[in-house]
Amino acid sequence: MSLETVVLEHAPSSYKVYLALFRNVRNSGFLHQQLLARNADFEYAFIDASTIVSRVHLLSAVFKAVNNSVNGALKTPNVHSETVVSLSASNNISEAYRRFGVSPSTTDLFVVKITFPSDSSPVPVSADAISQHLKDNVEGDIVPPTNEIVSSIADVKAIRKNYKLNGLAWLDTIKDEVVKREEIEKLVLSGMALRGL
Amino acid sequence: MAAAVSDAALAHEFPLPKILTNPASTPPTLITQGAEGRLYKTTYLLPDIACALKYRPPKPWRHPILDQRLTRHRILSEARILAKCRRDGLRVPSVYALDESAGWLMLEWIEGTPVRVNINNRLGNRTEGIEDDEELKELMRKIGMAVGKMHSIGIIHGDLTTSNMMLKPPAGDQPDNATGLEGEIVIIDLGLASGGVHDEDRAVDLYVLERAFGSTHPRAECIFNEVLEAYKKSFKQAGVALKKLEEVRMRGRKRSMLG
Repeated sequence: MSLETVVLEHAPSSYKVYLALFRNVRNSGFLHQQLLARNADFEYAFIDASTIVSRVHLLSAVFKAVNNSVNGALKTPNVHSETVVSLSASNNISEAYRRFGVSPSTTDLFVVKITFPSDSSPVPVSADAISQHLKDNVEGDIVPPTNEIVSSIADVKAIRKNYKLNGLAWLDTIKDEVVKREEIEKLVLSGMALRGL
Repeated sequence: MAAAVSDAALAHEFPLPKILTNPASTPPTLITQGAEGRLYKTTYLLPDIACALKYRPPKPWRHPILDQRLTRHRILSEARILAKCRRDGLRVPSVYALDESAGWLMLEWIEGTPVRVNINNRLGNRTEGIEDDEELKELMRKIGMAVGKMHSIGIIHGDLTTSNMMLKPPAGDQPDNATGLEGEIVIIDLGLASGGVHDEDRAVDLYVLERAFGSTHPRAECIFNEVLEAYKKSFKQAGVALKKLEEVRMRGRKRSMLG
């Protein structure tokens, strides 16, 4: 089981970030249902991996959510929902859940778990416990969340639509696909940073 | 980026913004201190992604509510303008993250050196043959094209100088090799920028550049016209802006308030 522990620059050391990527997920309807039912055992950011262009894209959302959590400035119930909403370029929360969150039709799924000590749970849940819980509850094939795999899953057309990146003539003229991806990533990041501002 | 003289010493003079007190793989370096804020070189998300953090500290001499509003407004304004430039295909640093309440803005780190440094290194102590330096003239044309592109998408910089343009060397080149003139012009520091499509504003922008250029690189003044020639070809309205520039030269940057 490969649950990746991510260390983010300038995130407080009390915050731990775990990342897992599942392919061929067969029970996304069940996972979606747990979120709707606010099942406290399923405090994760479940993200449709096809909406993610690169690791940096996803990690940017995590960083934003962590920063909001540290500042006590969450706009959503918790740091996990905040991660999903941070992916959006607009301020519409339910639209963000719909676009980036898990849906019953999701087959490639990113799971982000962020832990930190709080009053109600001074000792955060361990990596092993998270790993086991995901293993028991996500029916799918876990794969390492490398940039190669992430970009092969990415639905660039949908991503461009999500961030209103269509009709940019200069972008379409870039021949080198790698450079083009990088440009798209940068535009996505600034869209997220300026969300609704 | 201009090497900070004694960055370690400088870095300890000011308290770091809170975000930079969190752990990171490399300590932040203070690059410059401006009138309004400070620029740090640091990292974004991962140790190998360099970024520039622009921090506008609270100004104790201002009323706290006014101070908060001004800082917010300025951070957001700069970020919006950078995002617009980037969307419209002008090379500026892209926006990584921001916290307008905490007063910081994280931007893409641009490798290379300010154009001012490249021009000065190229000039050395030469006094002759500058007007025939084709490579230097080519750099002037690149500047003109970049400024033209910026004006054509409706942005006025507000503080155009050769220090506010970076020459980003082609990929694979030695970074900080400030003797070459090859590379891409990246316009930076849009902290005073605004939206504007008036020929008057464009002309003032050019005038500021012309004057700054003349005092920073007096020996290269003879080739400044290359900038304007390239600017003229870069977008449709450029000719009108240049015509206006002649007027601005006659009266200076500010409009006369007499009569």
